[in-house]
Amino acid sequence: MIEIQNLTKRYDGNTVVDDVSLTVETGQIAALVGTSGSGKTTLLRMINRLVEPSAGRVLIDGQDTAAIAPYLLRRRIGYAIQGHGLFPHRTVAQNIATVPRLLNWPEAEIRARVDELLAMFQLDPTQFRDRMPHELSGGQQQRVGVARALAARPELLLMDEPFGALDPVIRAKAQEDLRALQRRLGTTLVIVTHDMEEAVALGDRIAVMDKGRLLQYAPPAEILTRPATPFVQELIGTGERPFRLLSLSRVADLVQPGEAPGAPISAEASLRDALADCLWTGRDRLPVDGGGVVTLAALRERAAGADIGSAARASAGSPAR
Amino acid sequence: MIARLLLGLAVLFLLAFLISPDSFAGLFQPLTKNNAPAIYTQTSLLSLTLSHLGLVALAVAASTLVAVALGVLVTRPAGREFLPLARTVTSVGQTFPPVAVLALAVPMMGFGAGPTLVALFLYGLLPIFENTLTGLTNQRPEVTEAARAMGMTPRQRLWQVELPLAMPLILAGVRLSAVISLATATIGSTVAAKTLGEVIIAGLLSSNTAFVVQGGLVVGLLAILIYEGFQALEGRLSRRIGLAQG
Ligand SMILES: Nc1ncnc2c1ncn2[C@@H]1O[C@H](COP(=O)(O)OP(=O)(O)OP(=O)(O)O)[C@@H](O)[C@H]1O
Ligand SMILES: [Mg+2]
Repeated sequence: MIEIQNLTKRYDGNTVVDDVSLTVETGQIAALVGTSGSGKTTLLRMINRLVEPSAGRVLIDGQDTAAIAPYLLRRRIGYAIQGHGLFPHRTVAQNIATVPRLLNWPEAEIRARVDELLAMFQLDPTQFRDRMPHELSGGQQQRVGVARALAARPELLLMDEPFGALDPVIRAKAQEDLRALQRRLGTTLVIVTHDMEEAVALGDRIAVMDKGRLLQYAPPAEILTRPATPFVQELIGTGERPFRLLSLSRVADLVQPGEAPGAPISAEASLRDALADCLWTGRDRLPVDGGGVVTLAALRERAAGADIGSAARASAGSPAR
Repeated sequence: MIARLLLGLAVLFLLAFLISPDSFAGLFQPLTKNNAPAIYTQTSLLSLTLSHLGLVALAVAASTLVAVALGVLVTRPAGREFLPLARTVTSVGQTFPPVAVLALAVPMMGFGAGPTLVALFLYGLLPIFENTLTGLTNQRPEVTEAARAMGMTPRQRLWQVELPLAMPLILAGVRLSAVISLATATIGSTVAAKTLGEVIIAGLLSSNTAFVVQGGLVVGLLAILIYEGFQALEGRLSRRIGLAQG
């Protein structure tokens, strides 16, 4: 669990992070969104003390990070950035092995871990292990960067626009993989992104920042249905809102008894996909794999914020100050 | 490809000439007058070359050690204030004429290799220092940032990231120093250091152009070979880290 308490950063009189407090529960994903220059990166870098706060503190599992030597703290926290920052003079395997090596893992264990991570990121170990970073595509470099951040099995992972350089298809896949991975490992994740879509897809909670201040910190459904300020509303993009809402839930959540003709849809598909299917094939109800139907009427209701709004209200812990 | 061939030929020619200078007497005969000897034989050319190279290597090694250490020092937070001082010292080392250094050092150290070593050492500091400085300060920020974020200590960052990445530039500095020192070392013979300058000076004193040319030729060839050797090494390192193409 990360507790950020009244964290502030000033650069000669300019307050770039202004009294931000938020808590990320163990195993949850917090997505930081906001316009350029709103202080997202600065906030993130104060967690592993790449930037020293001007005021406030950060607790990790109850321990004040100010009391831990920065280099020891950072070995416990995975860090992945846009542009990946791979060491150009080291092979892919050596890059991934950086933190395990600093922690003096046995050589055999390091090798096994490197291969495991390469395989996990769909990079064939025999083919990629000994390549230099400049011999990889941008997307591959990015994945190696994330693999390096995960190498020592950190309980906490910080990511700063890790998928910025990827094309939309690979990006969606990378997000899906990251989400699955994070669920499997139970890692606590703080991810910075420019992209509301990405924040909605990944975040258990979304923190919206503007000019250094935290405007709202809440689950995606609540951000979408009850934006705290006009700025948040603008950031969500009202035109996209119903679709983003639908993308939050699976078909399985909305399935009702009944039967319908035509090709079935997977219960794991998002409601957004179900809506698209309805519109495209001109049907007003779709059969669901494993029984039941999902109806256009129910989709419309959900897209207008019914249900979710109240559910979100109930599940929201502490809304923004 | 052609450049390689020429370099290979240069090596062969140099080796053959040093091992058996007399076989090349015919080549140098036209440069002599009054039946003077065409080949310098007072001391063997091979031993002069080796001691010349030894002197240069020693001096460049010392400059490298000191200049890189200085470069590292002034790029650490604790040593930043010494940057102007280090710049001054190395620039003065370069601008103060080596001949003057010799003249000043002889009374203190006596004749022989000592004064020459000092002169070459001082003369060679600047290029290595400046290149080390550039190499250590112009690194991609996201790479240095990653090194910090991974939890490397300052020392680990220096040895594992900063120095390896600065290496091509540092080597370029060493190359410059080595080539300058190779030529400058010839003046050491005026204070009785064993260098190829001995051949050139003998030629000057006896008006024997053949001696001057063969001394100069050996020094020149050595300089070219060392220059090329270093450059190949730098190129290899740069390519490995994706800095240069080809
Ligand atoms: N070292 C620094 N010195 C002075 N000002 C800084 C420094 N680092 C960041 N800032 C300023 O702090 C503000 C917030 O920067 P930050 O990098 O946190 O923004 P961001 O939200 O990550 O933006 P982006 O989305 O463009 O990455 C900016 O106005 C920036 O100019
Ligand atoms: Mg940023």
